Amino acid sequence: MSTKLFVSSSPHVFAKQNTHNIMLDVIIALLPACGVGIYFFGAKAALIIALTTFSAVACEWIILKAFNRPGSIKDLSAAVTGLLLGMNLSVGVPWWVAVLGSVFAIAIVKQAFGGLGHNFVNPALAGRAFLVACWPVAMTTWIQPGTVDVVTSATPLAIVKAGEPIANSMLMNMAIGNTSGCIGEASAIALLAGGLYLIAKKIIRWRIPATYIITVFALSFLLGDFNLTSSFAHVLGGGLIIGAFYMATDYTTSPVTPRGQLIMGIGCGIMTVLIRQYSNSAEGVSFSILLMNVCVPLIDRFTRPKVFGEVKRNA
Amino acid sequence: MLCADNATKPRFYDKEENEVKKKTFKGGVHPLSHIYHGKSLSEHKAAKVLEPPKEIVIPLSRIIGKEAKPLVKRGDLVKKGQLIGEADGFISANVHATVSGKVLKVENRPHPTGIKRLAIVIENDFKEEVAETVVPKDIHAMSKEEIVQAVKDAGIVGMGGATFPTHVKLMPPKDVNIDYIILNGAECEPYLTADHRLMLEHPQDVIEGLKVIMKMFDVKAGKIGIESNKQDAIDLLESFIEVGDKVEIVPLAPKYPQGAEKQLIHVLTGRRVPAGGLPMEIGVIVLNVGTVAAIYKSITTGMPLIERILTVTGSCIKEPHNLIVRFGTTFQQCIDSCGGLLDETAKVISGGPMMGIAQPNTDAAVIAGTSGILALNKEETTVHDIGNCIRCARCVDACPIGLVPLQISAASDAGRFDEAKKYNAMDCVECGACTFICPARRRLMQSIRLAKNAIRKANK
Repeated sequence: MSTKLFVSSSPHVFAKQNTHNIMLDVIIALLPACGVGIYFFGAKAALIIALTTFSAVACEWIILKAFNRPGSIKDLSAAVTGLLLGMNLSVGVPWWVAVLGSVFAIAIVKQAFGGLGHNFVNPALAGRAFLVACWPVAMTTWIQPGTVDVVTSATPLAIVKAGEPIANSMLMNMAIGNTSGCIGEASAIALLAGGLYLIAKKIIRWRIPATYIITVFALSFLLGDFNLTSSFAHVLGGGLIIGAFYMATDYTTSPVTPRGQLIMGIGCGIMTVLIRQYSNSAEGVSFSILLMNVCVPLIDRFTRPKVFGEVKRNA
Repeated sequence: MLCADNATKPRFYDKEENEVKKKTFKGGVHPLSHIYHGKSLSEHKAAKVLEPPKEIVIPLSRIIGKEAKPLVKRGDLVKKGQLIGEADGFISANVHATVSGKVLKVENRPHPTGIKRLAIVIENDFKEEVAETVVPKDIHAMSKEEIVQAVKDAGIVGMGGATFPTHVKLMPPKDVNIDYIILNGAECEPYLTADHRLMLEHPQDVIEGLKVIMKMFDVKAGKIGIESNKQDAIDLLESFIEVGDKVEIVPLAPKYPQGAEKQLIHVLTGRRVPAGGLPMEIGVIVLNVGTVAAIYKSITTGMPLIERILTVTGSCIKEPHNLIVRFGTTFQQCIDSCGGLLDETAKVISGGPMMGIAQPNTDAAVIAGTSGILALNKEETTVHDIGNCIRCARCVDACPIGLVPLQISAASDAGRFDEAKKYNAMDCVECGACTFICPARRRLMQSIRLAKNAIRKANK
């Protein structure tokens, strides 16, 4: 026998999907919303997104090389983090703020804790929280689409919080992305399309997005004097769609068990509505996801699936 | 703990047996579904006889069970069907000569488990002289005990791959009521078509064998589970069933591991085998279709278990085919009769791609549990770089037993075997679905096996 044979443990065949093409699918799903954001906010939006993505990847490459760690930027996880962070910034932020956000997300939240699969909270959201804490004014200056940092305006949720009535046209604008807000958060339709693409490709599971969005809708309906329009506004605005489909579903920081995922979705929903309702902040998605992220190990521990044939033997 | 009183329903009966509507189980994966599970390479080819070679190597051990004691020595003349190895202990099986000839040696020879084990090497005289002990019997006139003894004498073992001695399976404790006999015709492993061909070519042996065993235990019903991608087998077997036989053929969703015993029982009867327990505890006996056909054929012809249908297949076999092979033929001889290996062969596997054993060479001898010989190229079976676990939980979704493989594997990799035990590592059936689906290419199955071994050692 001239051929050398490999010997290894079973199984001997593997599914086609690997980490790299999972991340690539997430990027593809985000592209429509990116496109809409760039359309409404202009070239600066494209620059910000490009900056965050590039600096995230560069930062990871440098750290992997400098500390001689296994893994590679080819798995595209840093690119996804950078892209998500960019989409979560207002188009008015200075370029260096965008870069610093990426560096914090990758270097501190991800690599300092062990790299891929070891971040304890969502890196993009943590990066954004860091930026909000350090540069609150820059991070909360919202630009009216199509005006290029001359006219600032309040986000739709801020309007809701102020108690002002919402026109249906505003809801429509929120759906397509023609509102002030973060670059990629605004267009619910584009984000939803991407989210459904990911569910169809079995990249994310329906549990977290479905329970998160339904909980937010139901709770804001109950607490908002049963006003349907404002409940829809709560769902379409404030980054809920992007949070529910792309952030809360991040593998590393969401529960691995089915029941755990339901708990996370509902928990995020409750926290989001409470933060929006009873705090000074008009937006609660990022903080509620971060808070649920740190609960995930506990959730996992208490929601382990029932082992087949598990029987409590008597005596 | 055995269920002595069937009148009180234990916790693990979760449905009325007659109402089982689900035809599939929770979890599982679909390996190679994009190439029709590889079965199209051989499923339409009738099994052809591979004439036994000059040298026959009969290992005294199979996969499960203690090695048989050799009864012959160098120079002895043996006849076809003669007992040459005696079962040693309770979990052990007889071994027979599959040709007539002279015993050349009794020595260690390559075995499909990858190491060399004691075997009896026979020089075939090509006379096919049958031993005097080979006497046909009237199976319908035999008592339950006589049938069990005949099964033991014939050296029948589980032909699905695990080679558990069948006579032990047919001897549940006296106080246990058997309600169902289940035949496993799922053949959920990709590429393998041996059971499929057996059902198409020997349907009567399967059905008659099932009826005999059903009579032995006075059961409620017999059920044959067959994956729905074998519709021709389903239809053919159904044509051999008469009303009043109490036999039912149940089509199953083609999913891996549908043929895993616990999953099969649950789908067919609604009952769950308790963790760490045996099917007989819940009143069920499961047998592979090949095993049942072998029982019927060996008792009615008198010839013990000496051959089987196996599938030689894979992208690196020139002409994939199903063969009827006498035990003791080497893998290389089977491969040669199918055109030989292509140059780009990277792995030769005994069994299927999900649970089979990779072979270091092709010199191993075919045994009762060898359901297939699979040759794959580097691209299909390449050992990828291991990535970080991203906690995507695909393994949790895939596990048919409800385990969390990523946790068990992480504990095992860190050497924390106690923790792995807490995470129910011992309940793993080693189907490999988790490792198949892992996008980070982590060696979950390997870590879990390591943990199981460490736990077993610690328990001793």
